[in-house]
Parts: sequence; structure tokens; C-alpha cells
Amino acid sequence: MSGSSAMASEAGPLTSAADPATMPSATGLSNEARTVEVDSHTINFGPQHPAAHGVLRLILEMKGEMVERADPHIGLLHRGTEKLIEYKTYLQAMPYMDRLDYVSPMCMEHSWVLAVERLLHIDNEVPERARVIRTMFAELTRILNHLLNVTTYALDCGAITPALWGFEQREHLLEFYEAAGGSHYHVNYFRPGGVSRDLPAGLTERIAGWCDQFPKFLDDLEGLLTNNRIFKQRTVDIGIMTAEMAMEWGFSGPCLRASGVPWDLRKSQPYEIYDQLDFEIPVGRQGDCYDRYLVRMMEMRQSLSMVKQCLGRLKPGPIKILDNKIVPPKRGEMKRSMESLIHHFKLYTEGFHVPEGATYTVTEAPKGEFGMYLVADGTNKPYRCKVRAPGFAHLQAMEVLSKGHMLADAVAIIGSLDIVFGEIDR
Amino acid sequence: MVENAILAELGETVQAALPGSRTTIERGAELVLTLPREGLVAAMRRLRDEFHFEQLMDLCGTDWPNRPLRFEVVYNLLSLTQNRRIRVVVATDAATPVPSIVSVWPCATWYEREAWDMYGVVFEGQTDLRRLLTDYGFEGHPLRKDFPLTGHVEVRWDEERKQVVYEPVKLQQDWRNFDFLSPWEGMTTLPGDEKVHLNRIEGGKA
Repeated sequence: MSGSSAMASEAGPLTSAADPATMPSATGLSNEARTVEVDSHTINFGPQHPAAHGVLRLILEMKGEMVERADPHIGLLHRGTEKLIEYKTYLQAMPYMDRLDYVSPMCMEHSWVLAVERLLHIDNEVPERARVIRTMFAELTRILNHLLNVTTYALDCGAITPALWGFEQREHLLEFYEAAGGSHYHVNYFRPGGVSRDLPAGLTERIAGWCDQFPKFLDDLEGLLTNNRIFKQRTVDIGIMTAEMAMEWGFSGPCLRASGVPWDLRKSQPYEIYDQLDFEIPVGRQGDCYDRYLVRMMEMRQSLSMVKQCLGRLKPGPIKILDNKIVPPKRGEMKRSMESLIHHFKLYTEGFHVPEGATYTVTEAPKGEFGMYLVADGTNKPYRCKVRAPGFAHLQAMEVLSKGHMLADAVAIIGSLDIVFGEIDR
Repeated sequence: MVENAILAELGETVQAALPGSRTTIERGAELVLTLPREGLVAAMRRLRDEFHFEQLMDLCGTDWPNRPLRFEVVYNLLSLTQNRRIRVVVATDAATPVPSIVSVWPCATWYEREAWDMYGVVFEGQTDLRRLLTDYGFEGHPLRKDFPLTGHVEVRWDEERKQVVYEPVKLQQDWRNFDFLSPWEGMTTLPGDEKVHLNRIEGGKA
């Protein structure tokens, strides 16, 4: 904490909020009619702060305990993903997606594969089963993300139990990840043209079983938070974003919906099989921290219903397109057929070439609109890949959201915005 | 196809309304509008107010070193009320600033800072053009095509000096970049094929 107090006394910066007239003079001069200029002081919040949700360095200019100005310094987790992707083939670039928003890996992969499929003109050829699997995992991922956000947000506001409960549920979901893709977090499961492999036997039953117990957990979680006096005191009417402001500041996803804008890409610009699913869009009214929490809680229930619908739609069938110029042949074939071996070799050395063109492809990721501006120049590597991270726009609004609030409210606001630095810093 | 017709119609209207603009439709699905730098702010404001593109979703740079105007600034706009998207492309070079659209959308600040940081595109009228993603004191613009992937400096903790030190990058292994586009280029003479190769050179000269 660094102080820039211009007070005559030797007192530390924190005391500058106190009434200067009542303070004893350190210089020993008379106390009467002294003019003391109370300067604002600056707090360096983070980058090693548990409530900063990663490596956020927030410079807070305080006036007493009120936030006058908030200046987030980001980039401490910048890994140059966009530059690295320019040097990788389209297939090699896939794992970088998992590492963007590491709380909802498969949703990041989703934008990437949809963008590549569009450029390859195979977006209408992806088999039904692959679409259902991708939609199902996208929704499981949404629950995965919201579970982490809601519970750690509650942790920031002083509630510890939700985090302990939520992480147990998250563990179940991560086990489904592991069963499907082989890894807990960085699954690298989606592929342009489908998914990397079929679901293992018994996984759908396990997911169905999990779906049956999850509403009970959601009820318990809501019982802990929704009407909790302390939680409401910390969140209601804090960080209000009106609908107009939210649009100006480029909000999307739950943060936009909490401000009362009924906008969801799954409904308005449907991709995969969302146009066939039956779901509702929860919309908030106030646009405060509490509404953002409520929207996420409601969304989890909607996602759960979508997962169930997807389970009902899963029919046996191919999980990738059949074009071996884009997806690798089966391993058994590769061992026996010369042509398959060539395909396999070419795909894993050179990769596939993507025709020239550019696309801005979006999906409704758990945090908002996750866009992929992808420019292909006809080679096997992307020419330019810009990741449009929803959290980037949300964090930028930190300044307007926290102005005039108390320091502790800034923590609640950060929690409610669902900040993950993997995607913001890229 | 209906979608396509609507897009084409919108494209024509926008093109007629904004002087100097040109619209194309990419792959029949995405509307791209090329605008001149001059009058960009006014054009953007009209796009927001008249054509209802209320949200600036994304702003980024692109580098095309072989073009006379090297950089492109790409704006992705979204209309929540009309459920449409448009991509606005503005070309510039390293010396010419692009008008900042922060007066139209306040969220442009960070995007413009990022484009400045990554490409060195200057935004005129942007008061806060600090670097955003790179390190404090970073030099260069890393997403330019002539910036090496490895960067120029590496950092490490110096135990003796008790501080982080910056040093030129030392690679343990040469940077390997495989060229898959012309598999035979590196190998000018195939074994046993020397005659063909000679013929080809002579043929090229003649």
C-alpha cells in the first residue's frame, strides 16, 4: 500500500480519512484554524490477492474508503496465444483454446472449431451425434463455470461453505471431462468436423445420474445464498449497470442479461442444435451484483435441462465427418491401409489447408460472447486469430462500476463479473 | 438464402449512406464494410444511431506487410435490436493515425490500447494510449509479422543482484519453422534427377 498523503502530520495514509480537525498536530503547533488538504491515496490491489481472481493488478484511488478511480492493469498472464497460433497448424492450435478461459475449456474450443468449420465450408456436414455431444459438453461446461464463479464469488463476500460444496460438484463434471477427452481440464476434445472420439460406454448413464442429484444441490446452494442477509447486503444495489451502459461497454452473456437485455446467442443466432432445444433465458432487472448472481443460478437450471434434452437426443452414429483430408482415419485403418497411413501422416505433419477467407464466429460461452476472428490465407496455419474475450470488456467497465463504492464492494463487483485472466490476457 | 438477401440489401443501404465505403459479403454470411480513415467517427456514429449497431464487440489489428497500407483495423459491430453483425475494416500504416471511436463507444479504449500495443497503430483522440498486455517497459509491437515469435529479450531472476534481469534471447536449439507449402524447394537437385534439374534451369533462362 502506497500513500501519497500530503498531510502535515506523520500519520499513515489510512488515517487521512479521519476528520483532520480532531487530529493532534504532530508539529506541536496550535490546533486552531489549520487547513489540511486530504489527498486521495492509492491502493495497489493484487496481483497476488485471492479476491483478484487471478493476476489482476488494480490501482484503486481512494478517497477515504470510497473508490474514486479504478485502473486495472492487465497482461500479467499474457502468453501471446494469438502470436503462437499464427505459427501452429489449425489442429495444433486447439489446445491453446483450453488454456484461454481455463474454467470453461470446452466452450473456448467450441468457438475455434466452429470458426474453422466455417472457413472449411464443412459447417453443414458435421454429423448429428457430434453436434449433440458438443452441445451437451458446452452446457456441462456452463454449469462447471457458473459453479466456480458463484461459489468463489460467495467466498469473496464471506461465505465459505458454497465453495466447498460447489467444488465437489465440479469434480463430478471434471470426471465426465476426463472420461470423454482423457484429461481433467485441458481436454482438447472438440475437432473441426466433430469430436476427437466417441463417448465411452456408460458415460451417458453417469451423466444422467448426476443430472438427477444436481437440482437438490442447486436448491441447497440457493438456500445458502439467495436469501442470505449478509450476501444480499454485500451485493444488492452494488455495481449497478443499466442496460444502456451495458451496451456501451460491450457487455455480453450473463452480465448483459442481468441488466435487463434479453440477449442470448443460443437463441438469437443459434448454432449447433440450440434451435432444437427448449430453454429459457433468465433476465435480470437491476443489473447489480445480486442480479448477476441470480442470472447465473437460473442459467445452471436451464443448462441442466439442456443436458437432459441432449442425452435424450444422443443416437448412435458417426462422431466426425468422413473426409480424411480433415479428420484422421481410424487407427485400425491406418495400420492396414496405405492411403489411410498417408492421410494420417499428412494430417499430423502438415495439417489441412484452409481456404482463404475471414470469419468472426461467436458462441455463447459461460461468460458471454466468445468471438473468434480468424483470417485464413490458404495455408495450413491461421494468418491471424483474434480472440474476443467477454471478460476483457467486463473488466474494462470496472472503473464505472466501482466508482463511489466502498473498497469491499470492489471485491464483490470483481466476483460478480466472472473474471478469468486466461482469456483476458490471452 | 433469405438471410443473404437481407444482408445484401443492408450492405447496399450502408454503402449508399456512407461516402467512400465499400461492402462485400464474405462467404454469403458476413457483411464486411471497408471505410476510409477520414470521417470514421461520423460514419461509426451513423452506424450506431441509424443502422442500430449498438455494440462494439471487438476491435483488432491485422498486419499485411506487403500492402502499401500495412495495417487493418477491424471493428466487429453487433446490433442487438436487428440481430445483425457487421465488420468494419479500416486500412492504415504505421505512421498514420486512425481516428479513435472512443466517443462513440467508451469500451473502445482497451481495444485501441491493445491494438496499439500489439501492432503500433496510433489512435487519434485516444487520451489513454498506454500499453495494455505487454510488460511494463516493453519495446516493439509483438503481433507484427516481422516481430520474432521468441521475442528479443528474456527475463530471469538474478540471485546475485537480487533482481529480475532482462537479457537478449538465447535459444538452446535453432528455431525451426517447417515450410509445408513447397516441399521440394529446399532440395534443388533430387538424387538421380540432375539432368531434369539442369533442363529446368536452362528452360527458365530461355
